[in-house]
Amino acid sequence: MKYINEFRDPELARRLVERIRARSHRPLRLMEFCGGHTHAILRYGIRQMLPPTVEMLSGPGCPVCVTANRDLDYAIALARQPGMIIATFGDMLRVPGSYASLQQVRSEGADVRIVYSTLDALEIAKANPAKSVVFLGIGFETTAPTVAASVLQAKAQGIGNYYAFSAHKLTPPATRAILEAGEVSLSGIIGPGHVTTIIGAQAWEFLPGEYAMPCVIAGFEPLDILSAIRVLVDMGEDGRAKVCNAYGRSVQREGNRVAQDMMNRVFEVAEADWRGLGTVPASGLRLRPEYADCDAARVFALDPGPAREHRGCRCGDVLRGTLLPPGCPLFRQVCTPAHPIGPCMVSAEGACAAYYLYGEVPGEEQ
Amino acid sequence: MLIKAIDRDGMAEVEIGGANRRISLALTPEARVGDYVIVHTGFAISVLDEEEARETLRLFAELEAAQEREGASL
Repeated sequence: MKYINEFRDPELARRLVERIRARSHRPLRLMEFCGGHTHAILRYGIRQMLPPTVEMLSGPGCPVCVTANRDLDYAIALARQPGMIIATFGDMLRVPGSYASLQQVRSEGADVRIVYSTLDALEIAKANPAKSVVFLGIGFETTAPTVAASVLQAKAQGIGNYYAFSAHKLTPPATRAILEAGEVSLSGIIGPGHVTTIIGAQAWEFLPGEYAMPCVIAGFEPLDILSAIRVLVDMGEDGRAKVCNAYGRSVQREGNRVAQDMMNRVFEVAEADWRGLGTVPASGLRLRPEYADCDAARVFALDPGPAREHRGCRCGDVLRGTLLPPGCPLFRQVCTPAHPIGPCMVSAEGACAAYYLYGEVPGEEQ
Repeated sequence: MLIKAIDRDGMAEVEIGGANRRISLALTPEARVGDYVIVHTGFAISVLDEEEARETLRLFAELEAAQEREGASL
């Protein structure tokens, strides 16, 4: 088994779609939390296969997209400091902050490097002992353990010029914030497969328990997603709510304990600012005081000035699920992947980028 | 991704689509050569469970049976 083609079988997909169509009578509004799911749903044309009763909304599951402008502005101000090397994943580079992007300051001479992993950033620190190297920790519970691992390795190897900037966010509190806001009425949630690999399926028990909201954890192949939708349709029709794990090959009830321990050793839970959701209590991670000397926010205290939002950009509404990307007046007109106005058009996980790449084009035959 | 070799320093060589890549096993110390792992930003985050994968595929194939069993895995 190679775990890919088996989960793309067209005959099984056809049967799952038939089953969804036959079973679905009540209108159902489902949210996929994860940007990876948004892209898979559009890439495989799953939206077009679904009956009109099943509506799919994208959630706040794109780490770059939910990063507040103030945090972007801080990273950009940091990049402008002399003797500084910024290490980051590639999709941060073109995200517009309030006044500039990392790409712009790089073209002005700042040393901003794209890395594949936090360990690459650590290597850069080793190779440049006279410089300060800051890794931009943007991501959910999937990325945070890898940043924790790099901080622990830096400590163990005595690398004193490596720092992490933590803008990490936690997914269950964000989901709760969306439900508490009550702007969109949802009938079920497709739980993020990789985040839940780390935090465990039990982390979603509050959805059925406190909100009577069904949740199905799904992988990223077409059969994974169709199967999750099928289970959510079944639960919607029967009026049941529970957490189902449809990604058993990767997700366990307790999650990845090694990763959780590493994350908890280095980070503590803190409030966080989300684009679209605002300040959400206990929804982010900051470095523990024991690691203050590796914490960029403590070591390099910079005030980037007041943040401002781009006029007309509706990324915040897209991230809360109150607007689909084509409903934004800037979408495809002013805002494109080549000239993004908001982060949802930049990131490989952004909903606007997914709709732009794979979405329905008006007037085009489906 | 398939693990082809494991170094002493907790790094592994994996293959994806014919290309090789070095990743960290710091989060999955139980991984062995021949395992398939999910990789996120250069770190393996889980070792795929073949038995569970077969079970999921079986559930896809036997939809009626799946209806009775859904949720049983949690």
